[in-house]
Amino acid sequence: MRYGMAIDTRKCVGCSDCVVACQTENNVPHGYTRDWISETVEGIYPDLALEIRSERCNHCDNTPCVRTCPTGASHVIEGGIVKVTHEECIGCAACIESCPYDARYFHPEGYVDKCTFCDHRVKNGQDPACVSVCPTHCMYFGDLDDPNSEISKIVAKNKVKVLAPEAGTKPQIFYIV
Amino acid sequence: MREELITSGRMNPGIDPVLHGWHWPIPFYLFVGGLAAGLLFFAAYKYLAGKEKDFPTAIMIGPFVALVAIVVGLMALIYDLQHPLYAWQLFTTVRIVSPMSWGAWTLMIVSIVNIIWIFTFLKKIFPKFNLKQNFLKKVVSIFIEEKQSEGELNWDWKYKLLRNFEKFSITNRSAIAWVMILLSVVLGVYTGILLSAFNARPLWNTALLGPLFLTSGLSTGAAMLMILSKTHIEKFTFSKIDILLIVIELFFITHMFMGYLAGSEVKAEAAHYFLGGEFTVTFWINVIILGLVIPLILETMELLHVKIPVIIPGLLILWGGMMFRFIMVDAGQVIRYLY
Repeated sequence: MRYGMAIDTRKCVGCSDCVVACQTENNVPHGYTRDWISETVEGIYPDLALEIRSERCNHCDNTPCVRTCPTGASHVIEGGIVKVTHEECIGCAACIESCPYDARYFHPEGYVDKCTFCDHRVKNGQDPACVSVCPTHCMYFGDLDDPNSEISKIVAKNKVKVLAPEAGTKPQIFYIV
Repeated sequence: MREELITSGRMNPGIDPVLHGWHWPIPFYLFVGGLAAGLLFFAAYKYLAGKEKDFPTAIMIGPFVALVAIVVGLMALIYDLQHPLYAWQLFTTVRIVSPMSWGAWTLMIVSIVNIIWIFTFLKKIFPKFNLKQNFLKKVVSIFIEEKQSEGELNWDWKYKLLRNFEKFSITNRSAIAWVMILLSVVLGVYTGILLSAFNARPLWNTALLGPLFLTSGLSTGAAMLMILSKTHIEKFTFSKIDILLIVIELFFITHMFMGYLAGSEVKAEAAHYFLGGEFTVTFWINVIILGLVIPLILETMELLHVKIPVIIPGLLILWGGMMFRFIMVDAGQVIRYLY
């Protein structure tokens, strides 16, 4: 079992529905976001290329955040989902500093918070909140270990990229380009 | 030239627009940690070299300052935690791969050894029991009692356990010194490793940072001893040691930048923040010129018997060491991977 996500940047319109769905589903405090939209414009006018991405924790295979955590609050659960145990987190920011994607932040209550791939929904067979609301169906979630799952086929069939592969974290969110 | 413009909708406080997970207590703690490492190193080193008579400041006063530095540093560290009431959990887990865990345990063991070291010298530092303040006298009297010996007012421990422990630790002082010299190196290197273990921050992610911060810590320790000591021989020796350490530091810094410039794109970009970019002026003025080059010149002049008040190079070195850590921590958080 290895959960992963594929996001079709050709279909994403940057509507931020995934952002709002996550904030509602996970009670994210006002002014904070666990996922967000990034836009990249490349080239010289008038020859420009636009890419829109929905970004979040990459639930990496090689997790610097779990490595640097001094108490073991940051940990990996079944399916490769990276989580934080709030009662074990001392708020030292080591994991925040170690994440090349800056996907973690301090919850106003002091512990470190981040995307959980909606594990409470996933374990009941549902998709994460962000995936389930996407109006253009540009996001896919599933088991990358199963070659017959929808996400495995999409990742195999399309040209995909990951973010900052040079950081060596082996991210598990694939962007179809 | 093709350009890339990235806009992000993420605006998490403390993360955007520039990462600010670590605030002023962290570089301050790295500075006092390095200072303590330097002071403990020289205390143990001078003791093992058999220079107890010539270097009383380094052996007996230095560790006092080191202990204060460690305590203040720990307080700063806990102050920067966002969940400080949970801080005790640092000491219920040992995690070999986490530099923070290493730091917590190293600091705890170092402070214990430091306290034992001071304990073995207490009777030499305070030979007489002449406290005037009543409250302090009461507190101290829980542990010690006055004693007349050879016509002078002396003191001794009240409890047999303390007396035996004192005797034991005094006879084993060289063993303690060896442990302390090793631990001080671990502490000094650790202040650099804390930053260099983060692959996500291109500026920090260089193996040179450990030895560089150790050298800088030793140099600030020597500077502190220069300021504190009263005899010419001590001032002169540590001034000489500092010349060597400053040269090594300049050598490391040059190599660090050579490494960045020869490295991958993010590393080269990190170097440019210091060679023309945002941090150029602060870094070159505070760290290189005020903190290293001017003290180096002043100390060399002193070596050539020009009269220079030792406090000037001493304070400059301390200032440079502190600014170095503040700039590295701040700049490291500004420089990130671009994707």
